[in-house]
Amino acid sequence: MIEETSVLEAVDLGKRYRRTWGLQDCTLTIPKGRVAALVGPNGSGKSTLLRMAAGLLEPSAGTLRVLGQSPSPGTDHLRERVGYLDQDRPLYKGFRVAEMLRFGELNNPTWNMDVAKDHLARLNIPLRSRVSNLSGGQQAQVALTLCLSKQPELLLLDEPASALDPVAREDLLRLLMRQVADSESSVVLSTHALSDVAAICDYVVVLAHTRVVLSDDTEYIVETHRIISIVDDRDLALPPGITVIHEQHNARGRSLLVRVELPFNDDRWRVDRPTLEEIVLAYLREGSPNRYGHNIDDIENGVR
Amino acid sequence: MSQHPSITFRLDPQSGLAPYRQIVDQVRQAVSSGLLEDGDQLPSVRDVVTQITINPNTVHRAYRELEHQGIVEGRAGLGTFVTARSHISTSAAEHASLEQALRDWVINARRTGLDEETISDLMRTALRQEGNVRS
Repeated sequence: MIEETSVLEAVDLGKRYRRTWGLQDCTLTIPKGRVAALVGPNGSGKSTLLRMAAGLLEPSAGTLRVLGQSPSPGTDHLRERVGYLDQDRPLYKGFRVAEMLRFGELNNPTWNMDVAKDHLARLNIPLRSRVSNLSGGQQAQVALTLCLSKQPELLLLDEPASALDPVAREDLLRLLMRQVADSESSVVLSTHALSDVAAICDYVVVLAHTRVVLSDDTEYIVETHRIISIVDDRDLALPPGITVIHEQHNARGRSLLVRVELPFNDDRWRVDRPTLEEIVLAYLREGSPNRYGHNIDDIENGVR
Repeated sequence: MSQHPSITFRLDPQSGLAPYRQIVDQVRQAVSSGLLEDGDQLPSVRDVVTQITINPNTVHRAYRELEHQGIVEGRAGLGTFVTARSHISTSAAEHASLEQALRDWVINARRTGLDEETISDLMRTALRQEGNVRS
């Protein structure tokens, strides 16, 4: 068998809900062994993509392969290899934590009870607690623990840390990173917290209005973007290989967030390195069609 | 091994530097300031991800880079150890003299009437230009 180098591969993937599209023209490849972030506003298609990858939704267009297989609903063989955590974090509220673990063990042949107990001990969550008596943060941690204890090759997590206080969120993300360190699982997670993305994600997919506007290695993204500040625009002739992603006007000049394919240095302008957050925000702003009336493909093709 | 980690990392999301680069810089700084010495063990990747919220791949990557620079070496089954502080170009004496020169420069700049912001701006510009030349 050929070894898979990607965990998720989409070609022209789309999902239509009645009359509106939840995701369109999605072509992307997420390499194996990564912690990939899906970022974008609500309704941009993050959950739709994750649900299709988990085999809970059928694509309306294009193809999708997860761990080399097609995850259509009803195919059971991917279930053991993929762990999916819904944003509602479903738990049986009347169960005790220990009962939830037992339930997980009965339903998953690949279950590792030591991992489950180790994670919960680390988080100080007693096994005899009833789920309904746990805080929101603890419930999120239990839900993630159940997902991790299946020891899946690929974790699909829909906003695993949303609505958690800062400490609970740190604990949750460290729990996840520990699992990645120990088991070399790949992760695809959706999030609104760009600061988390910078810290833990080495691959970023930005979605805006049901389309992918950026998808690449985090470090490559950071290395290939700059902010150019121009005092006035008299001598603005950008060298070739520079693509303007987002433009901001000031009283006496402009600042451009650009993509540079080659290292460049120009004394006429002040050149700064943007943070990952600034880059993602620039793509999100430009990806919104009602802002300038064009989309990112036009910018990339130089049509402005 | 002692109870405390030999070095505690921190990530600054505002720095604009890739997290792996920040880890590399922090180890280099710790070695040149004497906080880390020959033979000291770096925390394991597993310990780092327990200590701060970071992707284990990033820590691996930083350790590999440090190994490549000759600052640490991986010993199979044991961990990653600081090898030779001489590899970092500045010895303690050089470090002190550079620091003194910089302090004199700052005093000079203040006398000229530059405020703190302008000074740090100049410093950033110089570093940025040097960084561009390097890459």
